[in-house]
Amino acid sequence: SSTENVDPQKIAFLLRKQWTLYSVTPMYKFSYGNLKEYSRLLSAFVAAEKQKGLAVEVGNDLGIKVTLSTLLGLKGTDQDQVAVLVQIASRSQLPFENAENKVVWSGWFCCISGDDLLESVPEDFTCLSLFLANGAESYTAIVGSWFQKTFDCYFSRLTISPLNLAWMAAMWTGCKVDSHMAATELVFSVPCIPQSLDISYAIHSEDAKALWDTVQKTPGEVTQEEVNLFMDCLYSHFHRHFKIHLSATRLVKVSTSIASAHCDGNIKVLD
Amino acid sequence: MSLVRPFDKLPTLNSAAILLVGTDESQQQQLAEAILKEKKNFKINIHVATSLPLPAERDHIRPRIDLIAFMINMQSKHSLRNVEASLSHMDANFFLGKVCFLITGVGRMNHCSVEMNAVRKLGNLYCSPVLFCELDSEGIRVATAQRLLRMLQICAGHMPGVSALFFSSLMKSSIDE
Repeated sequence: SSTENVDPQKIAFLLRKQWTLYSVTPMYKFSYGNLKEYSRLLSAFVAAEKQKGLAVEVGNDLGIKVTLSTLLGLKGTDQDQVAVLVQIASRSQLPFENAENKVVWSGWFCCISGDDLLESVPEDFTCLSLFLANGAESYTAIVGSWFQKTFDCYFSRLTISPLNLAWMAAMWTGCKVDSHMAATELVFSVPCIPQSLDISYAIHSEDAKALWDTVQKTPGEVTQEEVNLFMDCLYSHFHRHFKIHLSATRLVKVSTSIASAHCDGNIKVLD
Repeated sequence: MSLVRPFDKLPTLNSAAILLVGTDESQQQQLAEAILKEKKNFKINIHVATSLPLPAERDHIRPRIDLIAFMINMQSKHSLRNVEASLSHMDANFFLGKVCFLITGVGRMNHCSVEMNAVRKLGNLYCSPVLFCELDSEGIRVATAQRLLRMLQICAGHMPGVSALFFSSLMKSSIDE
């Protein structure tokens, strides 16, 4: 979607991982020129936090290395800020293994098509409003608190509403997939006492795509009416067979061969 | 199947009837109880139904319906579809102030399966007030019951000089002028 030099390997690394989504407020005085400095500071911070409570000699390197780098090719429009990748690698503690760094945690900031927002952001602020984390929650908390303290921003978990999940289901179904298509699966939560009940509705990808193709009028364009119609068709098909109104339940997870998303704010991109 | 008509029966002295239509029966029960608890100086009939049309065989014992409140839960698309289907079984004269929409469930945005636009369009299309009320909360339920009672009194003609037709003028936003 942009004319930058894309490193396919770096982008490929983002696939097939589960990412937890966070919403980030604009960062104050974040500079792309200081990434090396930030890496150094964050490494020290992570090491210090990890050492808390451990009877370890001060200055002892736990073998944690943090790197910040830019990720090209992830902009929606040219005005979007360049994505930033943060990785925590730990050096193998065993002496006979060569000191290869293994990535134990990754997180990346991006801003996709934030045109309207970017117009109103004051100077000195960098708008990278989406943060995706993969790895131990403890590392996410440490990195998050460093960014919050350093750039006066705030991280909050991003949840996905059933309406947005329905959009994802429709859009991803419409995507062309060359390789073998896994089944499209929708999971619905039924509020029941004492424990909620989950209904999983699996559809052949080809059938789902065929349905979407009859609903979508303009290729490349998706409207709310089309999403509603697509979902209503799926619901009425289910009702015809099982006499259950899925429209009275809450969509909590969408899984297609392209990507999957859960309402708690977890996504996985497969292709 | 009979259409519900607003003026096909004679009114009963000092009484009024409200019909609640919605898929959530327990919520309807709770709201009905809240309405009954309110202090009022007229006799009230509360009818509940999951959808329209109403069964024809009980038509002769049913009193004149003065106000119909459609209940939609934003967390259930099914409840919206149910109301949309029921609306087509109504006499057009009802939409002169004797219909309102009660919208619940907006409080938890992340559980909403119905878009706000759909609800606003419904109110505009049928020229009827849309009341947002979290009926799960007792305080709001009581407040909603009081509002409905007030509206019901006007719809039943108990307020001299005030007619149900006035409700549509209340819905006009000053920006529209």
